[in-house]
Amino acid sequence: MNVNFSEEELAFQEEVRQFLKEKYPKHIQEKVKNGLHIEKEDWVEWQKILYEKGWAAANWPVEYGGTGWTPTQKYIWANESAKHHVLEVMAFGMKMVAPVIYTYGNEEQKQRFLPDILQSNVWWCQGYSEPNAGSDLASLRTTAVREGDEYIVNGTKTWTTLGHYADWIFCLVRTGRPDEKNQTAISFLLIDMNTPGISVSPIITLDGRREVNEVHFENVRVPVENLIGQEGRGWTYAKLLLTHERTNIARVAHSKVRLESLKELAANTSNGGPALMDDPIFKKKVADIELDLLALEYTELRTLAAVSTGQAPGPESSILKIKGTEVAQALDELDVEIAGYYCLPFVKEQFEYGFEGEWVGPGNAANAAPTYYNHRKVSIYGGSNEIQKNIICKAVLGL
Amino acid sequence: MDFSYSEEQQMLRDSIAKFVNQDYDFDTRQKIVASEGGFSKENWKLFAELGWLMVPFKEEDGGLGGTAVDLVGLMEELGKGIVVEPIIPTVILGGGIIAEAGSAQQKEELLGTLMEGNLQLAFAFAEPQSRYNTADIATKAEKSGDSYKINGHKAVVLNANNADKIIVAVRTSGDQRDENGISLLIVDADAAGIEKRSYETVDGHQGADLYFKDVTVPAANLLGEEGKALSAIQNVVDRAALAVAAEAVGAMEVTYKKTVEYTKTRKQFGVPIAVFQALQHRMAEMFIEHEQAKSIMLMAAMQSDAAGGVDRKAISAAKARIGKAARLVGQEAVQLHGGIGVTDELDVGHYFKRLTTIQFIFGSTDWHTERFAGL
Ligand SMILES: Cc1cc2nc3c(=O)[nH]c(=O)nc-3n(C[C@H](O)[C@H](O)[C@H](O)COP(=O)(O)OP(=O)(O)OC[C@H]3O[C@@H](n4cnc5c(N)ncnc54)[C@H](O)[C@@H]3O)c2cc1C
Repeated sequence: MNVNFSEEELAFQEEVRQFLKEKYPKHIQEKVKNGLHIEKEDWVEWQKILYEKGWAAANWPVEYGGTGWTPTQKYIWANESAKHHVLEVMAFGMKMVAPVIYTYGNEEQKQRFLPDILQSNVWWCQGYSEPNAGSDLASLRTTAVREGDEYIVNGTKTWTTLGHYADWIFCLVRTGRPDEKNQTAISFLLIDMNTPGISVSPIITLDGRREVNEVHFENVRVPVENLIGQEGRGWTYAKLLLTHERTNIARVAHSKVRLESLKELAANTSNGGPALMDDPIFKKKVADIELDLLALEYTELRTLAAVSTGQAPGPESSILKIKGTEVAQALDELDVEIAGYYCLPFVKEQFEYGFEGEWVGPGNAANAAPTYYNHRKVSIYGGSNEIQKNIICKAVLGL
Repeated sequence: MDFSYSEEQQMLRDSIAKFVNQDYDFDTRQKIVASEGGFSKENWKLFAELGWLMVPFKEEDGGLGGTAVDLVGLMEELGKGIVVEPIIPTVILGGGIIAEAGSAQQKEELLGTLMEGNLQLAFAFAEPQSRYNTADIATKAEKSGDSYKINGHKAVVLNANNADKIIVAVRTSGDQRDENGISLLIVDADAAGIEKRSYETVDGHQGADLYFKDVTVPAANLLGEEGKALSAIQNVVDRAALAVAAEAVGAMEVTYKKTVEYTKTRKQFGVPIAVFQALQHRMAEMFIEHEQAKSIMLMAAMQSDAAGGVDRKAISAAKARIGKAARLVGQEAVQLHGGIGVTDELDVGHYFKRLTTIQFIFGSTDWHTERFAGL
């Protein structure tokens, strides 16, 4: 066991730093750093720069354009990215549908879809959840009935993150009889969002923004060649994807950077005299989060090490999801606490890039509460934290 | 010992409860929040007619002689509807500070109009650097001849955009955090030299940052004795702390009950999610937190009445303990609702928002915990 970087790793770290300094667009950095509104174009622009460098897909197999990085290199990348306030790659294409396509798709599908994902030419969204199928995803009711060379899709998907940006959606649909077991009834289907019969309506979240949508399908005709793998195998494919989703969810590097800037902010916030950071109760809260985060960092490293020796990310990834989101939410709460009375103003226009007016409150205090409200989602989505505990009980503890 | 409400107290509660149930459903509230000024003038008139605006004022000031027990009754019931009409800034803070520090003439001039529903107030006490230290005042008022000239920046002044008059805590002498040398001035909201940066607040209320630049105020607008305002300010802020704590108690009751109802109707895995014991225990916790919060609210109100106004230690106990409960109940309500809990369309998210901000105004949970421990 050894936590030091080798010569090559140090050189890689230097290369990453250099690259980010030279190539990471300043306007995107400013948006991420200050919690400003991120536009679709920002993601696309950044992802194309990563593609040019050959660093778009850290987790993909090399043959499809992956970086071939070791776990340590990924760790270095994550830390340096967080320090430079790098915009995280939009997960739906890169981290969610791509692994399914390169693992279970046919040659034609790989060639058709993967390059556009890698180059960020196409925006994907995730169509799993439905109004009556949330935690119990397998009870989904959207149907795909085969008619000649097409599936006719009917139903409603919901909570579709940034679906209003999307060109394509990957869906779990029911191809079997309504009463058939999930293992044989659910299929994985890729659908062009421009197909007639699809409509997208907004859902506004607690921070007043449009981030999620409902996507309605009315007699939507989808060519059968858009089916991944075999009919009735969708549930198996999706499960693989969910574990991928969870290993990415701890966001340790990101939380570490946030913790540092939070300490600095609290050291510069007057608590009606002395600095807030010198307040014993506040200090203890910060330390408690830091302890959780340190433990989580090493839990994540242990998991990554296991994965690199060929073991699949198992139910332990549930730990990463639960603790990662708890730490993030605790940091959100401290941001609100630091803001004090300035958690109150709700000044949306202040968080658009290029806002020239006077900011209300110190730093981005006015963004603290909306962010805190919005981030309650992280313990709900990606398999809620309750569902993660159920997984641990069943799969690890044998209960 | 007696924990029953008097007949009048019960009537007051009933009439507010009736209003919230019949005239203040969630959609109505959201329309009011989005309307010009962010509150309903009609409702305000109604509150005046029903005598609610008189509750906290002494009989000799023309009020109903309301006790702290009456005050928490009023606020608890309003909290059930997360009512946004500016009771806190106009009645509790603005009216409160006039009642606390004003001369007979000032009270007569202002409180009567206020109780009739024809005066909106704001109380500018906090500053960007002050946090919860009411003595930390950098805004200066210099006296020359018959007037004061105010310069400075007041932070997050609730209802400032609607107010006819603003009561401003200023420093007339001493250093920035001296306890002496703090004074109060009544300023017309449209006085020359006041720049307002108005905004709605994250919980559906209204506020503004105020920048004073050579704002001239007649010396007659001094409220109370020059340089001696601190204890009056703290009393009023403490009463506001108790008031929002009581509001939180009402909001928590609705929030936990709505959560219980929701989990009984929301089905996943073929059963109502209320069947899962993992969730049942958490709802039991929410219920316990609400009960504990209600108890400590009544404790603080009764102790304050026994002390003849404000019992700082008891109020800190209540604000801190209720803040802790509000945090748990609000967060759990959202979590147990799942995705729908983080949407703007569902009421529960808005109760959660208000239960959050209440933790950080008029002294945060930690600030009150520390004050409690130190008193
Ligand atoms: C902001 C946001 C973005 C999202 N983005 C997407 C997206 O892009 N694509 C997509 O497909 N989905 C998305 N989701 C949906 C998300 O995955 C679901 O919200 C999640 O699966 C929970 O489902 P639900 O909201 O229906 O809650 P429910 O399943 O109704 O759960 C309600 C509560 O009950 C608990 N619960 C349920 N079952 C059990 C049990 N057996 N034991 C104990 N507790 C239980 C839950 O943990 C939760 O606390 C998003 C959600 C949000 C909030």
